[in-house]
Amino acid sequence: MKSEIAKGTYQLKKGLAEMLKGGVIMDVVTAAHAKIAEKSGAVAVMALERVPADIRAAGGVARMSDPKKIKEIMAAVTIPVMAKCRIGHFAEAQILEALGVDYIDESEVLTPADPKHHIDKGKFKIPFVCGARDLGEALRRIQEGAAMIRTKGEAGTGNIIEAVRHIRKINEDITQLKSSSEGQLKEKAAQCRVPLDVLQETKLLGRLPVVNFAAGGVATPADASLVMQLGVDGVFVGSGIFKSANPLKMAKAIVEATTHFRDAKIVAKSSEGLGEPMKGLEISTLDVKMQERGL
Amino acid sequence: MKIGVLALQGDVREHVQMLQALQVGSVLVTLPEHLGGIDGLIIPGGESTTIGLLMARYGLDKAVISRHKQGMGIFGTCAGAILLAKDILGSSQPRLGIMDISVARNDYGRQADSFEAAIKDHRLELPGKPLKAAFIRAPVIKKISDGCKVVAKLGNSPVLVRQHRLLTSTFHPELVGETRVHKYFLGMLR
Repeated sequence: MKSEIAKGTYQLKKGLAEMLKGGVIMDVVTAAHAKIAEKSGAVAVMALERVPADIRAAGGVARMSDPKKIKEIMAAVTIPVMAKCRIGHFAEAQILEALGVDYIDESEVLTPADPKHHIDKGKFKIPFVCGARDLGEALRRIQEGAAMIRTKGEAGTGNIIEAVRHIRKINEDITQLKSSSEGQLKEKAAQCRVPLDVLQETKLLGRLPVVNFAAGGVATPADASLVMQLGVDGVFVGSGIFKSANPLKMAKAIVEATTHFRDAKIVAKSSEGLGEPMKGLEISTLDVKMQERGL
Repeated sequence: MKIGVLALQGDVREHVQMLQALQVGSVLVTLPEHLGGIDGLIIPGGESTTIGLLMARYGLDKAVISRHKQGMGIFGTCAGAILLAKDILGSSQPRLGIMDISVARNDYGRQADSFEAAIKDHRLELPGKPLKAAFIRAPVIKKISDGCKVVAKLGNSPVLVRQHRLLTSTFHPELVGETRVHKYFLGMLR
């Protein structure tokens, strides 16, 4: 048995993301949060020091979480555990790999550590997810070894407009790709700074070559239904759950809306009587736009 | 023949593509009324806790069990194997619990221990050609009852098991383009 097996392959990295499709990945800060997320039907949790809304409010440099907290969360649930490292901070990523987390999010929600380079993700056994706002960003991250993409949106705002903007942009870029000639593809490859074959594969598939989730602003079941109908494979919810009045109820409702997004009657039912969602922020009032980090 | 793919969560698309490759029609199943007129149901890979909860919420669990009693075959991959098992070690999570197997979740370890394998020990067609398989945070089948038949084994562990009209694999043939397991399932339904 031992001789015939291969670990850490790109297929396996992409494969875990395929298993998460149609699901909700929830930001959690404590083991107790993680248990609530699991009980509500989350497909995975993202272990964080603070939810993005609190990172935004606190200011200062946001870094990888304390390994102790991540270990507590890993011990509390049976679903996959993801954790965030700073853009370009490969040493934080090495620590997360050593802890044995299931996925690493090289995330703009934390303060970037490298002004020019993302992590060379192909070197790791653990898969990475990265944020993107358009096709070029997505393909550059995939080229660096990311096995899953999520829209950047604008984290910690509870405002869905930026996630919608990024989903639509990626969709439009792909639609354009589909009618592009070989010459236009070459031009686009130079523009996006990615090899031609990645664009050719995307054109052939008519979608990104890896799973693509929505993130950055999902706060209600209706938000989840909206982004799913726009064509993403699943949903990350950051502050939207544990900044709401009734986290378990909100979490269950978002899970249900993500699964049954085509059925407005079910989404209506799950949206009923949830209490206050997170307050949310107008984008034009923001001092820091996290989405502009790491292009 | 028409096969349903349980589409609450997980790698639904890959199973639909397998069925397309075998020229069999498929329907996505998210509510009990979608079970009418299908000959078999595939439970995809995904998170078993999520799928189990969502099945229970709209009575799909009871509907699936009742359709199975009337003859509908079921093929569960990975999370599907967990949902079919009567016994899940150390867990009380919602399940169908209709197959006489005992499983341990994530028993090979976390994602870093996920692996691809070529399974030589199998009873599918082309016996000399190993089965391509991806094991992703996979469960291990610890015990099977006398009514179960081991169709493939990796080391000492059964990884593909049949009990009458139930089939379960702890691995994902659908992720690596291995159509023989799905073909075998379709054969079970004829």
